[in-house]
Amino acid sequence: MSEKSSLLGWIDDRFPLTSTWKKHLSEYYAPKNFNFWYYFGSLALLILVLQIVTGIFLTMNYKPDANLAFGSVEYIMRDVPGGWFIRYLHSTGASMFFIVVYLHMFRGLLYGSFRKPRELVWLFGTLIYVCLMAEAFFGYLLPWGQMSYWGAQVIVNLFGAIPGFGPDLALWIRGDYVVGDATLNRFFAFHVIAVPLVLLALVVSHIVALHEVGSNNPDGVEIKKHKDPVTHLPLDGIPFHPYYTVKDTFGVAVFLIVFAIIVFFTPEMHGYFLEYNNFQPANPLQTPPEIRPVWYFTPYYAMLRGITYPLFGVDAKFWGVVVIACAVLIYFALPWLDRGKVKSIRYRGPIFKTALTLFVIAVLWLGYLGTQPPTVLANHTADILMLIYFGFFLLMPWYSRLDKCKPEPERTT
Amino acid sequence: MADEKDHNKVNKDKRRFLVAATGTCGGLACVGAAVPFVSSMLPSERAKAAGAPVEVDIGGLQPGQYMRTAWRGQPVIVLKRTQEMLATLPKMDAEVSDPKSDKSEQPSYCKNEHRSIKPEIFVWVDICTHLGCSPEVKQDKGSDQGMPADWPGGLLCPCHGSHYDLAARVWKDQPAPLNMAIPPYRFVSDTVIRVGEDPKKA
Repeated sequence: MSEKSSLLGWIDDRFPLTSTWKKHLSEYYAPKNFNFWYYFGSLALLILVLQIVTGIFLTMNYKPDANLAFGSVEYIMRDVPGGWFIRYLHSTGASMFFIVVYLHMFRGLLYGSFRKPRELVWLFGTLIYVCLMAEAFFGYLLPWGQMSYWGAQVIVNLFGAIPGFGPDLALWIRGDYVVGDATLNRFFAFHVIAVPLVLLALVVSHIVALHEVGSNNPDGVEIKKHKDPVTHLPLDGIPFHPYYTVKDTFGVAVFLIVFAIIVFFTPEMHGYFLEYNNFQPANPLQTPPEIRPVWYFTPYYAMLRGITYPLFGVDAKFWGVVVIACAVLIYFALPWLDRGKVKSIRYRGPIFKTALTLFVIAVLWLGYLGTQPPTVLANHTADILMLIYFGFFLLMPWYSRLDKCKPEPERTT
Repeated sequence: MADEKDHNKVNKDKRRFLVAATGTCGGLACVGAAVPFVSSMLPSERAKAAGAPVEVDIGGLQPGQYMRTAWRGQPVIVLKRTQEMLATLPKMDAEVSDPKSDKSEQPSYCKNEHRSIKPEIFVWVDICTHLGCSPEVKQDKGSDQGMPADWPGGLLCPCHGSHYDLAARVWKDQPAPLNMAIPPYRFVSDTVIRVGEDPKKA
């Protein structure tokens, strides 16, 4: 026995190192037919690590104080050696996180990855998405620019719209009568420790749940149905390591090229990744002329603006908040809304394909409207798009069942 | 023999009772321990004390002009309305959602047609009742300030486009539910306003 293997043996007697490596990597059998859409899970993990590492280094120079925060960010950008690079990695990473996660979620819709037996994988994933939104929102206040300030003011006031205890709840979240130093301090605490801890726990749960049931694939068929009679390994499965670790490494290389181009040449992305108004220090007395959230929240923002009618004697404001909350929460119900005979888009009929196309158009269009100044026409357009958005989910139990599906293959293709 | 049997037998009722009792006590202790954590996020004594009144000198304000000040960290605007502006208010009664400001927040001495102590001097907390942005003053009618040609003059929230008239009353069918709040204020002299204090009773 070599020294290494005896050391490994010593560890394995005390800690499940080799067995964990086998269970999750070298002997985790994933379907052999993963395509382009399967890059984004591992990329999301990469960005999570990137955000944590850059975040740690940013906290070394950042000051969570209403009088010092804006200046400390400028200090990082100008005076800290390499500070601009770390900060741009972090700010670009935030937007790229959402791009990757949105593509990852879309993959789930395409191939029915949320369907039985992967409901919990989907639920954990949706919780991760909610945490990510919280993380992005808390983090956005920290530079203490105009957009940080007024964005936080608007979102905290969303809670104030709840009838009854809403205003007290908003006061409790802010810790002051307007967004102020107390708010900045606590958002810092949430952003750097509270939410990341929850996020990490959820990511682990997401992966553990996935490895328990096994990965879905572009055909939406279960590879565990056809196992080798001797080895009991899935016939259409290949070990995650080395096959998919190599594939994902290629994905990482391509992603990092794109990422580096953005960080080095257009970190502001024409005001979409870093908004121009945020280069002015927060001024509690002056709302910027055009306020809008960062691009990844704009579909929800357009929904909020589209709701202008009071209902059941309660303000439009409250219903706007309800609509946003439902638009996010409805993802949790998805595994039980889909009654289709097949999982994958490849074998779905024309109704589901049309519905999914309309849904994607509605989300993108809402996202576009959210970046534009509010007009009556835009608000009415948003109303129609919202009907499509919610129709996609709420009518799914009927149209997914009616749909004329093609027969699923027995094995992956 | 009987003793040994009793020894091995699990008393399920007793066990259930102990689990429930421990769980309840532990749960109550957790709730109790959470109280100071939750209340630590409420406004501190210092934040509560910061609401002192502020004085504004409006001596230099010409009709049609406005100025901003801060009270309790909130933007407060003083607009000197022209006669023409005041004349628009009764016309707007049919267009606004709470014309008499019955549901809106203002001191009793400002719950009138012009929502102010003196008709031409209009003081309000410039925080949109929708989500707390600070609406822009577009006091001139017509398109001079980037508004449509039929704009009657008023306030426009940059966040979600809520429209208000020149008494900060919200138009119908807007995201904002209520008219903007009027702070307590009094005239120290003809040209000095003290925001945050009610008028002295005569």
